[in-house]
Amino acid sequence: MYQIVSKRFLNEAQNTIEMVVKAPLVAKKCLAGQFIIFRVDEYGERVPLTIADYDREKETVTIMFQPVGNSTKMLAELNVGDYIMDFAGPLGKPSETKGFKRVAVVGGGVGCAIAYPVAKAIHQTGAEVDIIAGFRNREIVMLEDEMRASCTNLYITTDDGSYGEKGFTTNKLEALIQSGVQYDEVVAIGPAPMMKFVCAVTKPYGIKTIVSLNPIMIDGTGMCGGCRVSVGGKTKFACVDGPEFDGHEVDWDELIKRNGFYKTEEKNHTCRMTGGVRHG
Amino acid sequence: MANMNPKKTPVPEQDPKIRATNFEEVTLGYTEEMAIEEAKRCLNCKNPLCRNGCPVSVRIPEFIAKVAEGDFETAYEIITSTNLLPAVCGRVCPQEKQCESKCIRGIKGESVGIGALERFVADYHRTHKKENASLPVSNGHKVAVVGSGPAGLTCAGSLAKEGYDVTVYEAFHKAGGVLVYGIPEFRLPKKIVHEEIDHLTALGVKIVTNAIVGRSFSIDELFEDGFEAVFIGSGAGLPQFMNIPGENLLGVYSANEYLTRINLMKAYLDEYDTPIKHFKNIAVVGGGNVAMDAARCAKRMGAENVYIVYRRGMDELPARREEVHHAMDEGIEFRLLNNPKQILGDENGYVRAIECVEMELGEPDASGRRRPVEKKGSEFTIDVDSVIISIGTMPNPLIKSTTDGLETTPKGCIVADEVGKTSRDGVFAGGDAVTGAATVILAMEAGKKAAAAIDAYIKNK
Repeated sequence: MYQIVSKRFLNEAQNTIEMVVKAPLVAKKCLAGQFIIFRVDEYGERVPLTIADYDREKETVTIMFQPVGNSTKMLAELNVGDYIMDFAGPLGKPSETKGFKRVAVVGGGVGCAIAYPVAKAIHQTGAEVDIIAGFRNREIVMLEDEMRASCTNLYITTDDGSYGEKGFTTNKLEALIQSGVQYDEVVAIGPAPMMKFVCAVTKPYGIKTIVSLNPIMIDGTGMCGGCRVSVGGKTKFACVDGPEFDGHEVDWDELIKRNGFYKTEEKNHTCRMTGGVRHG
Repeated sequence: MANMNPKKTPVPEQDPKIRATNFEEVTLGYTEEMAIEEAKRCLNCKNPLCRNGCPVSVRIPEFIAKVAEGDFETAYEIITSTNLLPAVCGRVCPQEKQCESKCIRGIKGESVGIGALERFVADYHRTHKKENASLPVSNGHKVAVVGSGPAGLTCAGSLAKEGYDVTVYEAFHKAGGVLVYGIPEFRLPKKIVHEEIDHLTALGVKIVTNAIVGRSFSIDELFEDGFEAVFIGSGAGLPQFMNIPGENLLGVYSANEYLTRINLMKAYLDEYDTPIKHFKNIAVVGGGNVAMDAARCAKRMGAENVYIVYRRGMDELPARREEVHHAMDEGIEFRLLNNPKQILGDENGYVRAIECVEMELGEPDASGRRRPVEKKGSEFTIDVDSVIISIGTMPNPLIKSTTDGLETTPKGCIVADEVGKTSRDGVFAGGDAVTGAATVILAMEAGKKAAAAIDAYIKNK
């Protein structure tokens, strides 16, 4: 059992939650880019979430999530002092953070929760880091101070222009590249379509682009194969071979289809909180 | 008087039509009367060959003699002196290839039902036991066991009995390994696995779940934490795919994923959140026990047509006969001498059919089985909405890639000698992690031998 030691909303819209969880085994070893798998209770699914931060002394791990599916909604119901039944990790390979001069880290929405620790880790090596953080609107902007403290330049974009610059992360990234900024690498973390478009922007310039994938999985140790993705024409398991891959090699259309596989089941699921079938 | 009936006392089973719709145990087991009657068929041979056929050398004639006397508790003590998981073995061991294949009664009739008797004794004990096992006297030595499947549990239990302070690390949230994620409820009820594990924790074995060795900590760190020896029984968890077109279409599963969703994550029970698709027509590719388990689960999940697609013939099926018969009785269709060429999808990426080619058997290959050869131009398709790939598993690369100096084969199996010693001092290994995918009982044998080797290693240090 893993106790929740703090909980807060990360944005005005209150749709993204940060939880700090006491998990000594995970906190001892985890690095940026790795993930955990949680299970709320005996009846819950095993759900992967990327580690947003950790404190080795306090033996805690920070996760950030949006309550969108059944399991994340159940998790969101828990409060400080409550226990999460299972919290396994760290899983996956850590991010490559060393050996860069200048890197652009692109985060989309709640993906910023993962982009932020990666940016921080790269920035700590002495590299220059530009963070481009994109949100739909002002209400869901999150982690602004934390990101600003972990990079050289922070650029915030909103789709509707209600905060920062109007437009998508891809517009900003392309503008920066065209203005002559030389990036050794671009890291893109967010919804699959955003990562796909970031890769489309960087490809003509030949800038290596790393993406962090979060496909459907059960165990996270290579045992189920549910998380398989095609990378460079070969099948890879995101849990053990990733979660980070060369975005130019990923078969995005296949990944996006596979991630939607259980949409119907999720929709028609009998909710244990409300007792009713929830549609949409 | 010996019972000279040439046939085994039949073991009652659930009716195939009914059981194909539920997850309750298929085989119901002997009553006391049936067990005594069957036990009397044993001739109590002076030189019991059956015992040689058992990887953990259960004292078979001795325990059967006690069953014949109606002294079931003594029979239980005799079995558990060499086998720590009798309720599991009585259910899932391939007895027809082991103990029962050596039985003298099998020459002119059917062998003694050793497996059914073992199961009866274990179940009798489970329902009648009164006392709690007393904790063995501690010898002050710490041993870590990686993986809580049959190899790890047997190794842990054997060492705990000798007084070792044993901690078992399990990556999943529940202990049991393949016994809980792989083998379905209707073949091995999870309650029984949990009770056998409780029996080990009563001996003092500690189990730490959600602990991924190779990620949460390394083998080297276990030594730093004061463990004097480590046993790796991490199994063969990495599913293999065929590398044919269409394997990433929606509706293609590894047998591991499909079975884990159902068995460990209990997708067949409404109160669990685990999503699962209810397919109409399912092709299971492969002919082993895991393929049979997946096919029979698919039927129970409501599939109308479930096909076993296997590239060799009936005689070559690696699954136990009993499993093949159970599958057939439940209406699984066998498409033998058929080899998948590709999986075909619709415009949205969902599986719509599997294309196969007919095969014929040629000369025997390295495994001694006749090699299947394609019949040119015999391609055909079967309409399915799901394909479950069950062509085997390989050891998980996590420990190998995070442990310096641990020698492995090109296939990723840990190199270990017959008692489980690896290339690293103090590190022992056994079960599927060493052999590649094999059986529960062979893993138990390896766990048991390694426990003895660890005991000798620590005492001679």
